[in-house]
Amino acid sequence: MSNFENTAYNFAYLDEQTKRMIRRALLKAVAIPGYQVPFASREMPMPYGWGTGGIQVTAAVIGPEDVLKVIDQGSDDTTNAVSIRNFFQKTTNVETTEETAKASLIQTRHRIPETPLTDGQILVYQVPIPEPLRFLEPRETETRKMHALEEYGLMHVKLYEDISRHGDIATTYAYPVNVAGRYVMDPSPTPKFDNPKMNNMPALQLFGAGREKRIYAIPPYTEVVSLDFEDYPFTIQKWEEPCALCGETESFLDEVILDDAGGRMFVCSDSHYCKSRQEQGHSGSQSPDAEKASREVAE
Amino acid sequence: MAMNSLLSVENLTVKYGDRVGCRNVGFDLFPGEVLGVVGESGSGKSTLLNAVSGQLPPHSGRVSYKTRLNDRCDIYGMTEPERRFLMRTDWAFVHQNPRDGLRMSVSAGANIGERLMGVGWRHYGEIREAGLNWLEKVEIDDDRVDDLPSTFSGGMLQRLQIARNLVSKPRLVFMDEPTGGLDVSVQARLLDLLRGLVSDLGLSVMIVTHDLAVARLLSHRLMVMQGGQVVESGLTDQVLDDPQHPYSQLLVSSILQV
Repeated sequence: MSNFENTAYNFAYLDEQTKRMIRRALLKAVAIPGYQVPFASREMPMPYGWGTGGIQVTAAVIGPEDVLKVIDQGSDDTTNAVSIRNFFQKTTNVETTEETAKASLIQTRHRIPETPLTDGQILVYQVPIPEPLRFLEPRETETRKMHALEEYGLMHVKLYEDISRHGDIATTYAYPVNVAGRYVMDPSPTPKFDNPKMNNMPALQLFGAGREKRIYAIPPYTEVVSLDFEDYPFTIQKWEEPCALCGETESFLDEVILDDAGGRMFVCSDSHYCKSRQEQGHSGSQSPDAEKASREVAE
Repeated sequence: MAMNSLLSVENLTVKYGDRVGCRNVGFDLFPGEVLGVVGESGSGKSTLLNAVSGQLPPHSGRVSYKTRLNDRCDIYGMTEPERRFLMRTDWAFVHQNPRDGLRMSVSAGANIGERLMGVGWRHYGEIREAGLNWLEKVEIDDDRVDDLPSTFSGGMLQRLQIARNLVSKPRLVFMDEPTGGLDVSVQARLLDLLRGLVSDLGLSVMIVTHDLAVARLLSHRLMVMQGGQVVESGLTDQVLDDPQHPYSQLLVSSILQV
């Protein structure tokens, strides 16, 4: 902690005993992939729902040598991402980055970066509701028993219900997965687009739910299978147009409303990925250059 | 204990603190047989049913069941996963209030399919087909398969609950006042349906009711309970036409003749 001079806070805000407690929970979570480990979640200086679980996990694993990246819906510059990044800058003074490849620790809300993660990186998810069976079985005692006895028929009842109501599996986020052939897990509200990235990911994935006081994890190179039916296999979202700024066709796109006359554009939700592609010279239909070019043609 | 019985209950006693729920009850249930349990409110019928169906550990006594593999196992001696598996495959439980036995937030088809998905069915088309089949068997229009149970009438809910329970082809069905809370014409139709299903599928049934007419229509054998004890048992017609115990006589004579 040589370069950490802020003495008003302990390193990474939490006291050492709390960090030990969370690390113990994390070790157990890594040892039992997908299993929800209860932990004594602390009050954090932010409201529940803003990532108190993720912040506690990050605080427990971060070290002075880490390079931190924080994203919210894939973006580095939204309120949640900026305030959590500032929080850790202030309480740990670690280096922060927007570059996925450069970060050793990434805290995320709702997305997995488009750039593939590598060995040694840690991805921390903020989780609102860790229990995948919650909306069908409200009793916690019962869902715990169902996990313990591997009674997961109910999860398919939800998918069945999707198909009978909407014609296909309409769950697009928090899409349930089976981890290492044992526990069914809610991958937090990431879009199902990101589910395949979780399978055999070289990076360690940690999940923290602050309000619900649960931690779970997927160790590196673990099999993660999205649940489905034989006749309705798992599919990911597709878009009809490429990113309007970088022309990418393989990334997760956000729809941005431009005016009140139906104007809209689709752009990469991963802001750093989009920016680095633009720097490499890729462009889309509404890139600043393309617009300038078309304006010049019009003139 | 008879050798070929499906379910054997010996000296079953359930206590609630100092109070006795049922005392020293013993009976055998044979394959394909319907056993009625009658008695007034508070006589221990439901306590007995819950204890026998593995939901209420008894104070003393034994409940044993002959599985499909033909070995006899103690319900409370087996592990919880085994018991839960048995309860959602080989057994069925029809609650008096269908809302207790159904998932009200998912469609009729999903309700029927749940047990199938629980034992590993992973083909949507087949699960839905089974759901439609069972809706037809319990006389519900197949265009209601995607409707929520909350849009169903009381009688339809009860029939849906029966379909949901029987889809896993159970061998033993427990029923707790299946016709309670339904009006008389709906009751008659439900009884008709139940009688048909029981004989078609060769089910063994333990049915608890306070309605002697239901017991007369459905059950082969009858047990009369009072104050937690079985005071008389025998063939249904025998017990109802020639009751021996004073309480049975009182019960039979208390039916309104119209």
